[in-house]
Parts: sequence; structure tokens; C-alpha cells
Amino acid sequence: MTDATLQTADAGRVDFRSPAAQAHLRKRYAVESRFKFYGVAAIAFAAFFIVFLVSDIVTKAIPAFTEHRLSITLTPTAERVAEGGRTDRQTLMAGDWNAVVRDGVGKYFPDVTNRAQRSKLYNELISIGGGDDIRNRVIADPSLLGKPVQAQVLLSDDSDLYFKGMMTERTEREGRGSIGVSGTSGDVSIATNVNDFAQDVARVRSDLQAAARRAQLEINRLKAALETVAPDRRAALQDQINRQIAVATDMDRRAKSVGGTELIGDSTSSVLVKMNGGVIKLTEIGNEKASGTVLIPLKDASEAKPGSWKIINLTTPEGSRKLSDQQIAWLDRMKEEGLVTQAFASRLFFSGDSREPELAGIIGGLTGTALTMLVTLVLCLPIGVLAAIYLEEFAPKNRLTDFIEININNLAAVPSIVFGLLGLAIFLNTFDMPRSSPLVGGLVLALLVLPTIIISSRAALKAVPPSIREAALGLGASKQQAVFQHVLPVAMPGVLTGTIIGMAHALGETAPLLMIGMVAFIIDVPRSVTESATVLPVQIFLWSDLPEPAFQAKTAAAIVILLLFLFVMNGAAIWLRRRFERRW
Amino acid sequence: MNVLSQTEFSGPTMGIGMADGESAVTARGVDVYYGDKHAIKNLSVDIPAKAVTAFIGPSGCGKSTFLRCVNRMNDTIPICRVTGDIKLDGRDIYDPTLDVVQLRAQVGMVFQKPNPFPKSIFDNVAYGPKIHGLTSNKTELAELVEKSLRRASLWEEVKDRLDASGTGLSGGQQQRLCIARAIAVSPDVILMDEPCSALDPIATAKIEELIDELRQNYTIIIVTHSMQQAARVSQKTAFFHLGTLVEEGPTKTIFTNPHDKRTQDYITGRFG
Repeated sequence: MTDATLQTADAGRVDFRSPAAQAHLRKRYAVESRFKFYGVAAIAFAAFFIVFLVSDIVTKAIPAFTEHRLSITLTPTAERVAEGGRTDRQTLMAGDWNAVVRDGVGKYFPDVTNRAQRSKLYNELISIGGGDDIRNRVIADPSLLGKPVQAQVLLSDDSDLYFKGMMTERTEREGRGSIGVSGTSGDVSIATNVNDFAQDVARVRSDLQAAARRAQLEINRLKAALETVAPDRRAALQDQINRQIAVATDMDRRAKSVGGTELIGDSTSSVLVKMNGGVIKLTEIGNEKASGTVLIPLKDASEAKPGSWKIINLTTPEGSRKLSDQQIAWLDRMKEEGLVTQAFASRLFFSGDSREPELAGIIGGLTGTALTMLVTLVLCLPIGVLAAIYLEEFAPKNRLTDFIEININNLAAVPSIVFGLLGLAIFLNTFDMPRSSPLVGGLVLALLVLPTIIISSRAALKAVPPSIREAALGLGASKQQAVFQHVLPVAMPGVLTGTIIGMAHALGETAPLLMIGMVAFIIDVPRSVTESATVLPVQIFLWSDLPEPAFQAKTAAAIVILLLFLFVMNGAAIWLRRRFERRW
Repeated sequence: MNVLSQTEFSGPTMGIGMADGESAVTARGVDVYYGDKHAIKNLSVDIPAKAVTAFIGPSGCGKSTFLRCVNRMNDTIPICRVTGDIKLDGRDIYDPTLDVVQLRAQVGMVFQKPNPFPKSIFDNVAYGPKIHGLTSNKTELAELVEKSLRRASLWEEVKDRLDASGTGLSGGQQQRLCIARAIAVSPDVILMDEPCSALDPIATAKIEELIDELRQNYTIIIVTHSMQQAARVSQKTAFFHLGTLVEEGPTKTIFTNPHDKRTQDYITGRFG
């Protein structure tokens, strides 16, 4: 049709210099460059998302690769850890090492004596595994018992988050005026000679303003709900609305007030004053004066000179974070004492799963994945390749083999969870194999991967030029010799590619493994394919579901490690392919 | 085109024909079917031993099909069916008790496109002797490989790079490698299916020279589309047309004095 427009009077011949021909040519070039543009745009789009995804995951993962510890001198005493004076491994393992840690840390906090406070200090700021390092040292060398030992004490996930700045924004500024204080402990009042606290008052009021706005939104929501709620509950709801209105009105009034003092509560950012070697948490604040509670006792109640005291702002209100102002004051004290060090978190790689984020590692999942992949590979590579060879080279072409081929293609498209159900019904229920084990996981994934390997291996075998078969057969090779000595080596790169794709698919598979119980919480690293295990993707799935914020970073780190595992696997496969291809 | 005037006949034409030579391959009443298609109809032919027999004819006339019947390569095509009687040294090659592997060791084949294995030159030649167990140690194998490469006139060109890949050789060298590979298992008969169709004239000339030398020791059947080649290398020529053997006889007779009108038309280029 377009060609017809080019035809001149001399039918069938085209004058390529005519305007019509030129226009046609331009159009052709335009189509081509448009197509190229679409292609580049598509690639750029895809690249953008990949870069975004990877950078997002890596950014989130980075905090998980370091941890904060106390580097502290501990004295493991016999009465704490060596029951009856015995220093054998078993007795030492059962020792109360956390008490050793408490003794060591307690030296820096002599005033923390009551039970609730001690719990907040020792149980919430220090990891439950804090005594592991000193324990391992003493077990390795029992002569250390009773002597001061420099040890590493792991901090809890919340302390770690605070030091990484992920708990709250923290700003510190020097006081400009001289400050006087009424006491060294308990509730005190302080006063400066300049308006040191003016900006804190303003901030508290703006926090109140924001809180009031949030309360108003809640009121509107409740009012809307009032229309639909059952009549008998209407009164209660109306009550709630009235209370909210009262709160909102009060906050609004406080936010708009000028001068005077303001109360600091759960919904406003915290203000701490550090002076005379102690810390005061302010509860009521005016431009020049404030009152508060002492968190860490002051050495004396003398007046502090300008620049010798500090005002600390913690942006996230106390009610919205996991560590209280008191705990943050303790952590700051530990840091000032030079106890806190940041180090590479080797636990992430070398320890098993744990409910405590700071102790959780991926070695269990990694080993489980390796064992599962091993079972899968050992099963599905020979079976898949041999099945492909039989179907492609030996099987008669008839309805039965056609039927088998169609079904293999169908199997490749079956949702993976179905294979999980199959594994549950057959391997666990019928054959009574150990549940949660890499053996069963590997079997299920082998079922999943088999069709992929068979299809790609058949395609690779089909792509081998028939001349190679003929050459071998013509020399008097048997069919089997021709296939295994000539066709298969040539097809091997293709077979390996299919296997890699299949294994990569299996590596990231979660759903079928959930069905066979690999979703269990398992601390121990599996040592054989019949022990309970979990795999990396399931580990990621489990961690992503946990409420502790520290697990978010762990999840991202585990994803990064899974991706690296995948790269290593693919790299190995590409290397293998190259090796086989060189035989050409 | 007048083939006759341009063609130079090679060598002495003695030992040709039914009368004075014995037949290596005899076919009687052979029919080949590809499914419903009747590819070869009631074909009877005698192939003289230690001589070159050329099969000529237009495309699709059944000459390659017949060639592939002689070493039973047609077995690999599931829909192919062969009836009739083909004897190699008096033995029926379609006898169910005959081992096709042994037959193919006896009847080597060189294909249209050079098809060396993607292995080293040495391994290409050594493969046949290895699978048939023709040599007992490495020295013997190396000697056999050298002998075969020398016979295929390739030794001088590749003796320094026997470990190099066979697929790295030039087209003509590859085809001579395939011939060396075929003669390494000491066959009685070598089938050549248009061995020069993918080669340039110089490579073709070398192969033809080689065929002429090999004739001393082997029975050779060559399928060719080149009339000149048939005239140059063969002692006997058979002309196929539409699945039937139209005419056979000493090459000289076929090219100078064909009995059949169709043969005459074909060799003078009037159809084909």
C-alpha cells in the first residue's frame, strides 16, 4: 500500500529522488529511531528500578553489619560462675555470667539500686548474650577466674539502635548562662541567668500543636463512627469524643500560650540537662527556669558556669520510643566513660537464629539453604538431564511421549505451593521423612525444578546440529555413545544454563517450604540433611514479620546475603559453562 | 554446456564393469519409503570393489537416500522403510542378526558439510579406533592416527597442532579430516555424500586427488552434482532420476555415449 505511493507513471519502478520517496525514507528512519528510543527508555526504566531496589536494600542492610559493645573490665568470681569451686566446662557453662556483667557495669552506676531500675539497666540495655565473651574466655582459660579480665559485652538491640541514631534524633548544645540547681538528686529546680530554654519551650509548644492536630483528626474519625455505631454503644463513644475534645482543647490552649512554663510529657520531645557530672530530665520548662527529676545524681549543687553544662534534646517523645530518658542517660554515661565500641557484627554470619535481634545470625539459614540446594542439585540434575536425553534422543515419537511432554510443560507452570502440598502429603505423611529437614525441602524443590531442567535440556539437545550425531553414527558409534560422547558435551552449556535458572528459582522459593515445616524457629545449625533446618528466604520471611525494629536491618542484610549467594552460584555456573564451551 | 568436450577422464578405466571386477555392494529390487513417499523404486545396482562409483542425478532423485541405505544411516529416520536386498560382500546388510555398529565400521561415510567433532584433531581421528577397540595402546593409536591423516593428505598440515580443535580448520581441511576419520577404522567402503559441495575449487581439487588415491584400497561411492567431478574421479557412473536408476555403466560410456535420452539431457545440462 505504501509502496504504491512511490510508484511513478512507469509502473514498478521507483524514483528514489522524488519527494514521495524521500518522505517514505524519512518515515522509515523515524520509525526506527522511535523504536530505538522505546528500547532505551524501557532499559532505563528497568535499570532505575533495579538501582532503586538494590540501593534501598543495601542502605537498610548496612546498620546490621555493625554492633555496639561495651569494652569493659569484668571480674568473674568463683561464687558467680564456678559452683562448688569446680572449673570444668559444664559447670562454667551453667554459671551466672550475666551477674558477672552486672557486677562490672554496676561499678559505673552505684546509685542504681532498686529492683525496677536494675532491670531497666541490666536487662534492657545489655544483651542477654552479653556474658558470652567473658564466659568463652574463662572456659578457654579457667585461671582467669577471680582476676580482672577485659571483655566485650554485647549491648541490646535497642541500645544499638540508639547509638546508630535510629531510636531518636539527638542534639546537644552548650548552655549560654550560669545555671543554679536546688539539689543533687530527686526532684530539683534549676534556673539560668539567660533565656537558655526559650527554644525548648517553643519546640514543646509546636509538638503540642502537632499533637492537638492529630487529636482533632481522631475526633473527626470518632464523630464519623458515631453515625454508624449501635445505639447502645453510642453513649460510650460520645464520652470518648468528649474526653478527646478536652485533651485537644487543652493542648491547643497550651500551644498558643505565651511566656510562663510548660509541662513536658509523653507526647513532647524530651529535654535533658547535663551538669555537675549528673543528668536532669526536665518536666516543666520556662524560658529561664525549669524543674525536673535527676536521672543521674549530680556531684554537687554548685552553680555551673556558661559552657560547662549542656542541654540535650531527644526529638522522639519518650512515649514513642523503646528506651526511656533514664536509659538513654545511662547509655550516654557509658559512652562518656569510653566503654562503648562499635565493631563488625560477625554474629550476623556465624550464629544461628535468635529471638534477640542482636544475637540473631544467618548461618542456620545459610547452611540449610546450602544443604537443600545440594539435595536438589544431586537429585534433579541427573534425573532431569537423563529424562531429557531419553525423551529427546531415544523415546519413540508417539502419543504417549507427546502426552508426557505436554505434562512436563504443564508442571513447569504449576504454582510452587502445590509442590509443597505434594511434599507434605507424600514425603512427610506417606514416607514419614523428618519434617523441616533439608532432605524433604530438597526433594520438594527438585520436583519444582525438574520440569525447568528437562525443558531447557531438551531444547539444548535439540539445538545440537544433527551433523554431529550423523558423524558419530556414521563411524559406527552406538546411539548411546553418540549421545553421551558427542551430543551431550555440546549441549552441556545449555543444560547448565537451564539448571542455573532452575536452581536460582529454587533458591528463592519460600512457599513450598512453608508447607513442609521449614518455617519453624530453629536455633541450631543443621549438620545433616535430616536435621531440622530453615532456609535463607524463609529466614527473611520470618524476620520481616518480627516486631523488633532491629530485625528490619537484619532482614535487609539477609536479603543482601541471599543475593550474594545467588551471584556466587551464578558465577560458578558461568565459569562451568565457559569450561565446557572451550571444548569446541 | 558441453561436458564431454571439457572433461578429462582420470586414470585407466580397467577393472570396471561387471565382467572383470567383483562387486563390493550389490542391490536388488530396493524400495525406500519415507512415510507415504516412495523415494526409491525397485533399484538394482552393482558397486565395483576398489573403484569409484559416482551417483548423479537431479536433486530429490534418491541418490543420497540410496547411499544412506548402504550403511543403514536411514535407520535414524523413524518414518523411513527399506525393502529389497542390499548385500555387502555377499552379506545382507538388513539381516536382523547383523550389528549395525559393525556395518558402519565397515562402511564409512563422509557428509556433505564437513562435520568434525568439536574435539581436537587427534581425538577426531582416534574416536573410531577407540570405540571399535582397534588399537591396544597409545602408541598404536598415535601411529594409526598419523597413518590415517597421511592417507587423507592432511598430516603435513596438522602434524604440529594435533591438539587444536578440528573445527578450527579450513573447510577443505575439515573435509579431509572427516575422510581421515572415516578411513581410520579401515572400512571396505567409503560413502561420500556430495563431499565437495561446500568447498572452494582448490579444496575440491585436493579432495578429488585424494579420492583418486584412496581408490587403490577402498570401494568409494560418491554422490555429486558436478558432472565434471563425476567424470574426473569415477570409473563407474549411475544416473538416478525420480527414484529410479535410469542408467549405469562405465563413466566413459555414460558421458560419451549414454543410451537413455534422459541421461543425455541431464549430462548435457538440458535439465536437472
